[in-house]
Amino acid sequence: MNLTSDQQILWQHGWVKLNGTVATTWVMMAVMAVGAKLVTRKLVTEGAISRWQGSLEIVVTGIEGQIKEVGLDRPERYLAFLGTLFLFVATASLCTVIPGFKPPTGSLSTTAALALCVFIAVPLFGIREQGWGGYLKTYTTPTFIMLPFNIISEFSRTLALAVRLFGNMMSGVMIIAILLTITPYIFPIAMTALGLLTGMVQAYIFSILAAVYIAAATRVRKPMPRPPAKASAAH
Amino acid sequence: MLIDWFTVAAQALNFIILVWLLKHFLYKPILNAIDSREKRIAAELADANAKKAEAQKDRDEFQEKNRVFDEQRAALLGKASDEANAERGRIVGDAHKEADSLRANQEKALRNDLASLGSEITRKASEEVFGIARKALTDLATVSLEVRMGEVFTRRLRQMDGKAKETLAGAIRASSDPVVVRSAFAMPADQRAAIQNALNETFSAEVRVRFETATGILCGVELSANGQKVGWSIAEYLGSLDRKVGALIDAQSGPADRPAPKPEPAGTPSVESGVPAGAK
Repeated sequence: MNLTSDQQILWQHGWVKLNGTVATTWVMMAVMAVGAKLVTRKLVTEGAISRWQGSLEIVVTGIEGQIKEVGLDRPERYLAFLGTLFLFVATASLCTVIPGFKPPTGSLSTTAALALCVFIAVPLFGIREQGWGGYLKTYTTPTFIMLPFNIISEFSRTLALAVRLFGNMMSGVMIIAILLTITPYIFPIAMTALGLLTGMVQAYIFSILAAVYIAAATRVRKPMPRPPAKASAAH
Repeated sequence: MLIDWFTVAAQALNFIILVWLLKHFLYKPILNAIDSREKRIAAELADANAKKAEAQKDRDEFQEKNRVFDEQRAALLGKASDEANAERGRIVGDAHKEADSLRANQEKALRNDLASLGSEITRKASEEVFGIARKALTDLATVSLEVRMGEVFTRRLRQMDGKAKETLAGAIRASSDPVVVRSAFAMPADQRAAIQNALNETFSAEVRVRFETATGILCGVELSANGQKVGWSIAEYLGSLDRKVGALIDAQSGPADRPAPKPEPAGTPSVESGVPAGAK
């Protein structure tokens, strides 16, 4: 039994290979991109809007609102990255209802790639907001002693991101596969519904954690106001 | 191994491509549409606010104009009402005056008619009454009645007041002709003598007297000298009755129409100038 779709090799030429993970990712990308294009090619700004446009506006403004709630003052700067993270993971989870479809997020390679993207994006956003000095200074706060712990924290949270998403998605798919062999009728449907919920929660958690990391890296720390000198000291 | 690093790289690249695709096909158009709509809504709201402000301004201006118009209307209405009241008062006053004038004219005409009618009636009645009386007295008159009248004339002549006596005495003295005594019937000699004596005694002189018989005198005696006349006859009573009847009619039709006649005692000799007693 294949744990991930990475092992489903569809085409290979040397070290270049096309496995199931990449293929399903391409399918998802095509569906998302074409669907978005189809909906947004007939956007209207006056009068009644279409249901698809309304749905996409709800999704986009909802993501924007969540980013703002995390603490990022200009959510439009991070909307593309964080929104795509959420939509990609959520779409992959949603596609688990398709029989025989193995979501790419059930592959540790995919989750690791997403975690790596977050790992690279956080310092990029931080440097863009605070500059090199400002960003690097965050590793030495509150004291210089925290530098190694902050570096370890960067790697560990990236690893945690990848493994958490992979474990949840893979476990859901595995449980459904196992239940299909044991009780093939009703119970897998309930577990599929539960997997949908879990997948949506994981998409939310992944993107919110990424937003929190970016917010932590981009937030400019203001110096604490000093307490006023006591009047008695002058005497 | 669970991680295939080629797949990791490929998925990372795929993710970056997906980010680019969704940014251009989803986020940008959707955000642009939302921004455009928000701008349009904001513009419409601003326009609505401007229109609302303008409408409020127009409303205030309209209300101000209405207030001014109401005040002007009230002022004009009050002025027109005052003018109408004044005009009505004037017209009513004129109508009252005209009505009073008409009524006065009508009353005057009515009074005149009434007076004319009364006068005519009186005249006719007097004529009839006097005609009847004259007829009756003429029928009843006899020599003895004339004699009695002569006696009464003589007594009244003796009882004349001083002024009438002086007036008549002056006339007798001034006249060259004898005093004329007229009667309806021929007087007997003794009565003529009694009148002659009464005249002589009254005026203390020898008065020349000429006795005449006149049909115009209605049962009475009349003395005339140089335009002055003294008489006593039934016609005097009738004349007195005529005046009293006229005064009574005047009192009933209106005191202003005719002056109230002075009461005159009937049956007393009167001295008049140039008017025959029988013509009265």
